[in-house]
Amino acid sequence: MSDYNFAYLDEQTKRMIRRAILKGLAIPGYQVPFASREMPMPYGWGTGGVQVSAAILTPDDTLKVIDQGADDTTNAVSIRRFFQKTAGVAVTEATAEASVIQTRHRIPEQALRSDQIIVYQVPIPEPLRFLEPSEVETRKMHSLEEYGLMHVKLYEDISQHGDIATAYAYPVKVEGRYVMDPSPIPKFDNPKLEMAGIQLFGAGREQRIYAIPPYTKVVSLDFDDYPFQPTKAAQECGLCGASDSYLDELIVDDAGGRMFMCSDTDYCTTRRRAGHVGAQGTAYAEDAA
Amino acid sequence: MYVAVKGGERAIDNAHAWLAEERRGDLAVPELTVAQIREQMALAVNRVMAEGSLYDPDLAALAIKQARGDLIEAIFLIRAYRTTLPRIGGSAPVQTETMACDRRVSATFKDAPGGQVLGPTFDYTHRLLDFKLAADGEAAAVQTGTPHEGGTPHIMSYLDREGLIQPEVAQEAPPPDLTRTPLELPVARALRLQALARADEGFILGMAYSTQRGYARNHAFVAELRIGAVAVEMEIPELGFAIEIGEITVTECETVNQFQGSKTQPPQFTRGYGLVFGMTERKAISMALVDRALRWKELGEDNLGAPAQDEEFVLYHSDNIQATGFLEHIKLPHYVDFQAELELVRKLRRDAQAYREAAE
Amino acid sequence: MTPLLQVENIAKFYGARIGCAEVSFDLYPGEVMGIVGESGSGKSTLLNLLAGHLVPDRGAVRFDTRTGGLRDTVTMSEPERRMLSRTDWAFVHQHARDGLRMNVSAGGNVGERLMAVSARHYGEIRTQAIDWLGRVEILEDRIDDRPTAFSGGMQQRLQIARNLVTGPRLVFMDEPTGGLDVSVQARLLDLLRGLVREMGLSAIIVTHDLAVVRLLADRLMVMKDGHVIETGLTDQVLDDPQHAYTQLLVSSVLQV
Repeated sequence: MSDYNFAYLDEQTKRMIRRAILKGLAIPGYQVPFASREMPMPYGWGTGGVQVSAAILTPDDTLKVIDQGADDTTNAVSIRRFFQKTAGVAVTEATAEASVIQTRHRIPEQALRSDQIIVYQVPIPEPLRFLEPSEVETRKMHSLEEYGLMHVKLYEDISQHGDIATAYAYPVKVEGRYVMDPSPIPKFDNPKLEMAGIQLFGAGREQRIYAIPPYTKVVSLDFDDYPFQPTKAAQECGLCGASDSYLDELIVDDAGGRMFMCSDTDYCTTRRRAGHVGAQGTAYAEDAA
Repeated sequence: MYVAVKGGERAIDNAHAWLAEERRGDLAVPELTVAQIREQMALAVNRVMAEGSLYDPDLAALAIKQARGDLIEAIFLIRAYRTTLPRIGGSAPVQTETMACDRRVSATFKDAPGGQVLGPTFDYTHRLLDFKLAADGEAAAVQTGTPHEGGTPHIMSYLDREGLIQPEVAQEAPPPDLTRTPLELPVARALRLQALARADEGFILGMAYSTQRGYARNHAFVAELRIGAVAVEMEIPELGFAIEIGEITVTECETVNQFQGSKTQPPQFTRGYGLVFGMTERKAISMALVDRALRWKELGEDNLGAPAQDEEFVLYHSDNIQATGFLEHIKLPHYVDFQAELELVRKLRRDAQAYREAAE
Repeated sequence: MTPLLQVENIAKFYGARIGCAEVSFDLYPGEVMGIVGESGSGKSTLLNLLAGHLVPDRGAVRFDTRTGGLRDTVTMSEPERRMLSRTDWAFVHQHARDGLRMNVSAGGNVGERLMAVSARHYGEIRTQAIDWLGRVEILEDRIDDRPTAFSGGMQQRLQIARNLVTGPRLVFMDEPTGGLDVSVQARLLDLLRGLVREMGLSAIIVTHDLAVVRLLADRLMVMKDGHVIETGLTDQVLDDPQHAYTQLLVSSVLQV
């Protein structure tokens, strides 16, 4: 791929995306329209995140790519390879060592620092989309701060199910103004949205970029008497014993036996390296790849 | 003891290797060449160029070979390639009235200057499988004739002379580029036509068909369908004048639709327009019908709630690359979110159970 | 005293046809204005012009806003007009379906305007919803039902509750009793009359039914072919109609 520009996109396109990013950072939570380019991977598979990463990467960066919290899932592998080929940047699985983290559906367990940027892949950027299918109407609702419908949905959940029935892509209010979809992260991750790092959100197919600058107030929508709760499975990680990380549930035998383990593979490996062992785990040894 | 599953990289490499093998197929069979596809699968090549928005028959043929015949996959390859090409500038609008027509038919008049020229059409073939083609047959020699002298004026120009066709207003400013600016509603007709030109043929066909069946019915007559080569001209700043940079084949379809008028304005016919790369009739005619349906507002018609009248519905769902990308993404791991749903359902069931027990 | 609504020379044309022409009137706080006429008289066009659903070809519609005094809503920006229609204004549609969210529960429908102005306590919102449902005579145990499960009269009463819950100052009503059974109509009118008096609402009610205006409206405008042909106090106009058309209207009402 030597014929391609650094990180694939031409400089004009990167400039266009950076302008959108700056606008997004200046208006936290506001969806900035941008002319998404056709990328070598399909729409819906992370092109928004890839375009944002491509626009911000420099040769000195260290990139981590995760999907469902793991570095080794196929789409994370594919995207990481893409940047290795087109940008030649250093890559890592260690959250602490990355300067740019591109993620799908999770925020790393380890708190990010102010010198780190996290780029989220977003399928549907519009939090009101499933309540109001028209784009023309939802843009009006955002500009007029007409968010009553959002709370109506939460009200309906409580009246029907006894509690708010949104488990992921849980809507938040950013800096007291815009209601935003934080991408399909589990609601367990919502509190992490208030962080020291820069957060950028890219939706390629829907052509929107939005952003949250460091230390911005991000509040998950709820009612005073039904406050937001970042829940997860009650179990511990079978490999490292962690009780504070988001867990994947695995079916391990034909009888339907289950096991839970950290979704964030780097977090789990780091704990195991430090000597923690879970109920179904063994002492850490450098695993073959 | 559970060992975490790894090996994503190896799996991908093996998948790609197997794909290459499948693409080649039986080694005893001669390999397909790009030239064969370009020459003998020209209509597939046309579709890939049209929806890929790139006129290059060789590249389109290569894309079809690489995509193993999956045309949407081939269109994807072309689109991705197109993204990397630098923009040099814009051409002048192609002058379809100067087209050397290989095919030219009109449903509105029995005859007109330029004649009814069938061209290499499937239209009147009997759809019977020709088993001679399975054996390598040679094509029968075709009779040649003398080409028609002089240009072929548009049928619409005759209606125009009588003032029977609602006039199109020429725009001064160059049209916006759909691939460079994000699509925002409401959309000007120029952008709508761009979106329709690169839209999925099947989707637009369905939409057009729906208008014929009564969803915003507007009886369309094909005033003219013409297919042939046109010159592409571009003004070169260094030269100070325009030169011809190449020639492309296009299909142009103009439809005449029901007339409109009021007490103050005498009735005029309205039109729909379709223009596509290559010999791509079905798409050009469908495009013209959908173009006309989407013009209801500027023509002062009623919104009958038909899908083909809904600009947002048509334009947001017509791009097959966006559509297939999002559709197929559901194959990707979603287990983190599914886990969250599982936990929520379990909790709600526990709460409901507790509530029932407390009530007893 | 400042009028709540000041309408000046409002007009709408459809080509050569008159939708409604040169209508002017002032409406004061607490007043209910009825607009009557047969179908095609232009009364619905007028209502939609006043409520900002249609753009007039001429004229002004000035509303006494809380912070800016009399403002012309025709030239107002769309955001401002939408804000007005969520807070100070209400619109009761003839068909309840047009004024309700049919896939949201009754409680959700009533609570929406409260949530739109930042009510954030589920229990309190529900309490207020129950209270309002009670005021429009809908039983508490229907609060979680969807409007699709309600009768026409109940849907209409729900629509009214949904509109009035945030205490608007001006209510537009388009044939509020249209399509309902006579006994249901009577009950609804009684309810409306009580609410209007209780809340000191101003209202503009469009109807072809003279009984509705007799019961609810202080003043009356009679429309025919897009023009206002007679106006005055309701009782005066109905008991002593001056214009031939008004006389015809009044006399054709069946006396039961």
